Amino acid sequence: MLSDQDRIFTNLYGLHSPDLAEAQKRGAWDGTKFLLEMGRDWIIEEMKQSGLRGRGGAGFPTGLKWSFMPKKSDGRPHYLVVNADESEPGTCKDREIMRHDPHLLIEGCMLASFAMAAHACYIYIRGEYVAEKHALQRAVDEAYAARLVGKDNIHGYPFDIYVHHGAGAYICGEETALLESLEGKKGMPRMKPPFPANMGLYGCPTTVNNVESIAVAGTILRRGGAWFAGLGGKNNTGTKLFCVSGHVNKPCNVEEELGITFRELIDRHCGGMRGGWDNLLCSIPGGSSVPLVPAEQIIDAKMDFDTLRNLGSGLGTAAVIVLDRSTDIVAAIARIAYFYKHESCGQCTPCREGTGWMWRVMLRMAEGRAQRREIDMLLDVTKQIEGHTICALGDAAAWPIQGLIRHFRPEIEKRIDRYSANPHSDPVPMAAE
Amino acid sequence: MTKIVVDGTEVDVPADYTLLQACEVAGAEIPRFCFHERLSIAGNCRMCLVELKGAPKPVASCAYAVKDCRPGPNGEPPEVLTRSGTTKKAREGVMEFLLINHPLDCPICDQGGHCDLQDQAMAYGVDSTRYGENKRAVEEKYIGPLVRTAMNRCIHCTRCVRFLAEVAGVPDLGAIGRGEDMEITSYLESAMGSELQGNVADLCPVGALVHKPQSYEVRPWELSKTESIDVMDAVGCAIRVDAKGREVIQIEPRINEAINEEWISDKTRHAVDGLRMQRLDRPYLRENGRLRPASWGEAFAAIAARMKGTDPKRIGAIAGDLAGVEEMFALKSLMTALGVTNLDGRQAGEAIDPAWGRAAYTFGTTIAGIEEADAILLVGTNPRLEASLVNVRIRKRWRMAPLAVGLIGEAVDLTYPHTYLGAGPETLGEIAAGRHSFAEVLRAASRPLVIVGTGALTRPDGAAILSAAAALAKDIGAVTADWNGFGVLQTAAARVGALDLGFVPGEGGLDVAAMTQAGALDVLFNLGADEVEVGPGAFVIYQGTHGDRGATRADVVLPGAAYTEKSATFVNLEGRVQMTNRAGFPPGDAREDWAILRALSDVLGQRLPYDSLVALRRALYTAHPHFAGLDAVAPSNTVATVETLAGLGGAPDRAAFAPAVPDFYLTNAIARASRVLAECSSLARVRGLEAAE
Amino acid sequence: MANRRLAPAAEQPQSFAFSSENAEWAKGQIDKYPEGRQASAVIPLLWKAQEQNGGWLPQKAIEAVADELGMPHIRVLEVATFYTMFALEPVGRFWIQLCGTVPCDSCGARELKDYLHARLGAPGHVSADGNFSWLEVECLGACCNAPMAQINQDYYEDLTPELLGKLMDDLAAGRPVKVGSQIGRTSSEPKGGPDTLTDASLFDGSRVGAWRKRFETADSKQDEAGGKAEAASSEQRAAVDPKPARPDAGRAVGTATTDAPAQRNAAGETPVPAGAKADAADTTESTAQRNKPAAPEAIAKAEAAGAEAGTQSDLPRNEPPPQPVASGANDDAAATSAPQKGN
Repeated sequence: MLSDQDRIFTNLYGLHSPDLAEAQKRGAWDGTKFLLEMGRDWIIEEMKQSGLRGRGGAGFPTGLKWSFMPKKSDGRPHYLVVNADESEPGTCKDREIMRHDPHLLIEGCMLASFAMAAHACYIYIRGEYVAEKHALQRAVDEAYAARLVGKDNIHGYPFDIYVHHGAGAYICGEETALLESLEGKKGMPRMKPPFPANMGLYGCPTTVNNVESIAVAGTILRRGGAWFAGLGGKNNTGTKLFCVSGHVNKPCNVEEELGITFRELIDRHCGGMRGGWDNLLCSIPGGSSVPLVPAEQIIDAKMDFDTLRNLGSGLGTAAVIVLDRSTDIVAAIARIAYFYKHESCGQCTPCREGTGWMWRVMLRMAEGRAQRREIDMLLDVTKQIEGHTICALGDAAAWPIQGLIRHFRPEIEKRIDRYSANPHSDPVPMAAE
Repeated sequence: MTKIVVDGTEVDVPADYTLLQACEVAGAEIPRFCFHERLSIAGNCRMCLVELKGAPKPVASCAYAVKDCRPGPNGEPPEVLTRSGTTKKAREGVMEFLLINHPLDCPICDQGGHCDLQDQAMAYGVDSTRYGENKRAVEEKYIGPLVRTAMNRCIHCTRCVRFLAEVAGVPDLGAIGRGEDMEITSYLESAMGSELQGNVADLCPVGALVHKPQSYEVRPWELSKTESIDVMDAVGCAIRVDAKGREVIQIEPRINEAINEEWISDKTRHAVDGLRMQRLDRPYLRENGRLRPASWGEAFAAIAARMKGTDPKRIGAIAGDLAGVEEMFALKSLMTALGVTNLDGRQAGEAIDPAWGRAAYTFGTTIAGIEEADAILLVGTNPRLEASLVNVRIRKRWRMAPLAVGLIGEAVDLTYPHTYLGAGPETLGEIAAGRHSFAEVLRAASRPLVIVGTGALTRPDGAAILSAAAALAKDIGAVTADWNGFGVLQTAAARVGALDLGFVPGEGGLDVAAMTQAGALDVLFNLGADEVEVGPGAFVIYQGTHGDRGATRADVVLPGAAYTEKSATFVNLEGRVQMTNRAGFPPGDAREDWAILRALSDVLGQRLPYDSLVALRRALYTAHPHFAGLDAVAPSNTVATVETLAGLGGAPDRAAFAPAVPDFYLTNAIARASRVLAECSSLARVRGLEAAE
Repeated sequence: MANRRLAPAAEQPQSFAFSSENAEWAKGQIDKYPEGRQASAVIPLLWKAQEQNGGWLPQKAIEAVADELGMPHIRVLEVATFYTMFALEPVGRFWIQLCGTVPCDSCGARELKDYLHARLGAPGHVSADGNFSWLEVECLGACCNAPMAQINQDYYEDLTPELLGKLMDDLAAGRPVKVGSQIGRTSSEPKGGPDTLTDASLFDGSRVGAWRKRFETADSKQDEAGGKAEAASSEQRAAVDPKPARPDAGRAVGTATTDAPAQRNAAGETPVPAGAKADAADTTESTAQRNKPAAPEAIAKAEAAGAEAGTQSDLPRNEPPPQPVASGANDDAAATSAPQKGN
């Protein structure tokens, strides 16, 4: 188990005050000026060395991402945008950072902005997080009052930080949709290239990072990339906030080393599996976008990017949804399909039309009101969406269903057979949903 | 230039080309719905997906630049496969998704026969559906009198939204909601406010937006299509006139990069029903104060009787806004032969003398030339209404890189940001004197452009204003050997042609204002001038197409042919000579105008020396060689003309400039006869009132 | 999600204007964004308008916000219909948004849904007393406390039908309620309290500054080769051993909480090396060390000036990026390429 000394988010549970004075005691804003004086390249190099992979789901190396920003400004300002639009089902980690350890985030924003020559940072927080928005704003105000940030601050690097909030759209967690939303438009993802590092917010070089990726920066720089890289495994370094929800005895957020096994994570932090390990049906280990992993494969798997990818799933945001044998897995995936249908922005064809189609078929399959051959058709439809859309939402909508069919096809078939064996009248299909 | 391999063919294309363009260069056809050359790239339909070797998934070729492709491991040029299994699968998938919620109502859809979805489904789709759920039903939307919606058919390509926001500059359409519930609509289903809105139906790749006035009338393959030129304003847009049998059904834009690109205004498009209404289909004679139908013989006899013995000084001729060069040439020849010098083709009374030089009445910068300007001053003009497609070009220029546009005249919405400088000649004077901050902007510009509207010229001090504007243009360096930044924006299709012909008062002749005075003349020949009030006294011969103001005042009515019914030459505001083509025949006894004049000349004993249109044109080209240069703008000495104009001098008075086009939709007899345009006009009035509130 | 439409005309207020307080607030929001980018404030302004209008967004508010921001009405309507938190029809005094996505769904959201159905009827309707309306919404991001609901702006977590019922009764009766977990959790810690983050030294400030040790050791080597070697060795460690003995830097040692040159001086560090003095923009505050790449303050200031002038500062930018510790060479580079700096 990760030692408390190596935990970054020491006030994860809000048992202590999030205020500046307390946060400083916990190590926030400790020697920030010193770190800034080490220089931009040192910071980026240190981040690269830490092996930190983006904590927002895609797992792209953060230091590398920072290095993509133009080294010289062509006159356009640079921006750092922090993605706090935490909406991936199962994920509730950034919320805790923002309301309990906001100063780690703000300090991280300053360091990251400096490393990318940005003088302004926008934190885009999801609209539903009203209390978190206020908590974060309070911390920003504290930082301004203490002249830690601002045009004229004690660090000598002019830096403004703003809290912006959304209004309920999962798609705004996609970085370019987030930028569109931040510009006051509908959150519809942009085509890439150009990438935000060239043409981002207001057409200026921009880097979008997840809250957790930014909030760990201060500690990494203080204790060294090597320290962070020493935690976890190769390519999967450092600590990570795991959000464990579902059928465990004590669902919770916990900061652990990447590569902790599923079993250890649940047993040590979550009070064990509800009804014992035999009761585990499957887990969705990285938020609803990743395919589920059945019990026998997940139970002793290491929770890191590469292991889970090799299991045909992914670490995603490390939102571990645990499902036991009481779960109607087909209905659960149908519910996920509804989520994606609801959250599709409607911009591009495969996702707009495909998510509704998949959901409707899934809804019937959850009842069994389908044909066996429709399973293959559904799988084909998911393949028609996957990789054909502007952003990854299409993929995210397709994968859970692919995972279901891959691992629970007999369950669907059983249900279809049961339904067709039962001579009852067909309910009149609803004309509109 | 960058090398790229498309289906095994290596081509060399500019690095900023998109893959789609590169594929086209290589001869590979790429299906598309949302992509349109003249709109921003949306990349949302996904129909143009192609396989790019080395890319993890197919890429949208409309948005992916050649320069963004990575070369192969050994530096080979990137390779695109448009016929591979991956590409085919992607297209079939997208096509299936587009069709699952698309209704199977092709038999009653007006788009049938020219539907992109239909065509591409045939070429790239599969023949059966796997979709067993209910199809989506979407409420119809009201978005104005010109475009009918059938929103079930919408494939959400957003071309219409982008057109209005980008080209028209009137962002009235949007996509509300999200996901599969996304719907295209205007704000709370109000009518679109653009004078170019008809183009959205052209752009719609499916039958979701169709032209309302023409709905349920024809199938595209029933139409005979004639390429022609528009005469609703002086821009001379390239159009295609579609007729079914004798009747013109619709007018659609043709591509002409120099003029209208591929857009036309709603007036150009929807004046069509005006070609059927209120037509003069036989000659009329006034008897006992009432017009009665007559034969051609009776009409000519009545004219000959009235003309006989009349002093040529008491005879005059006016040419209207829609007259072709041929009939004006014939009329001028006839009048000259009769010794008449009272000629005027400047119906609105513009203070322009063709003797000053052609640059005094044309827009020599050319429409495409606007794209080179880096500062624009508009004097007494509202190009949005007076020459919509010129305005589109100014907006296009502004979108390329914002430039300073100053407006003197009526304060209007030009669809692009501009500085409103003032209402009348005083402001022009201030700028000329350097007392206005905009003078600095013009002086700093390397290619400034001064555009004078006819609203500034149709007033007693018109010449003084033209002179002041020319002096300013000269002063700021708008007219040099390699930049022509001074132009007059004409509003009537016939005007430049009339001035080229010298259809203006001869030695001692009267102009329009003088001729139309009560008792000024004994006989007035009115060639389609419907916007002048002819005073009592004169015997008026009206030759035209519609029962409008001119015919009402006439003593003899000679029914002529409208622009879709004859081959006639028109010179547009740039000075570009263009020709209409006959798409149908004039109704009833109506005849082509030059032929009427030829016949009349015979009756009057001054037979014109040509028996055919070809012979007429031969004579015309001999007298005025530049009319032979079709589709070209004859060069003119702008520097000298501007010098001349600047030297005219004169003191403009203080009155504000009046709009040259008070009602965009009702500027000529054809438009006034159109019910569709009447509805547009009343809607525009309401909108104007709301805006004024 | 059915089509989201504006409320029928009969329910629309005749006019809408921000209260003077909210108008002031709106100005503050607009000021957050660069000149000409005021459209960025559309969501916050619509949100405020909704708040002012009793939890839902009327047509006139959409128009008022559009006019305020200089946006076409249709663009604001697009935004209002795209984002699901804008309620376009009137809502109850307490607007219950029940999370129904998988983590909540698997932990009892369905029972809550049945309960709300039974108590309030179909979603989207305001109860007869005007107190409640409800809707099932997508993941609200409190999954470790599932199932949960958002009532107006507050989260209520760890719900059961009984707890939700009591909560609604209390709200309706105006009794105080506890926001957050309804079963006594502080936030997302395991039920019954966490067994992590119990080390008192995390919170008493004793660890502050401890991390500087690693820079002191790096500094004491004085030459870049040593720095490189250390970097290489730590990289190697990380590569070879997935769970190495954690480097000592960062372990708790007692030092003061602030970072001032005086303290560092006392701790034996070089407060301000002579050579760096000229480089530093603010010598009194500088904590620069000998082998640091360049004076960041100077860079920052020059950059700020450069950004204003739209040009790039000509200070050395260490391109290509040097090795982190091996930065001694850059002092020379700075000296040769920027002699005006006084070196």
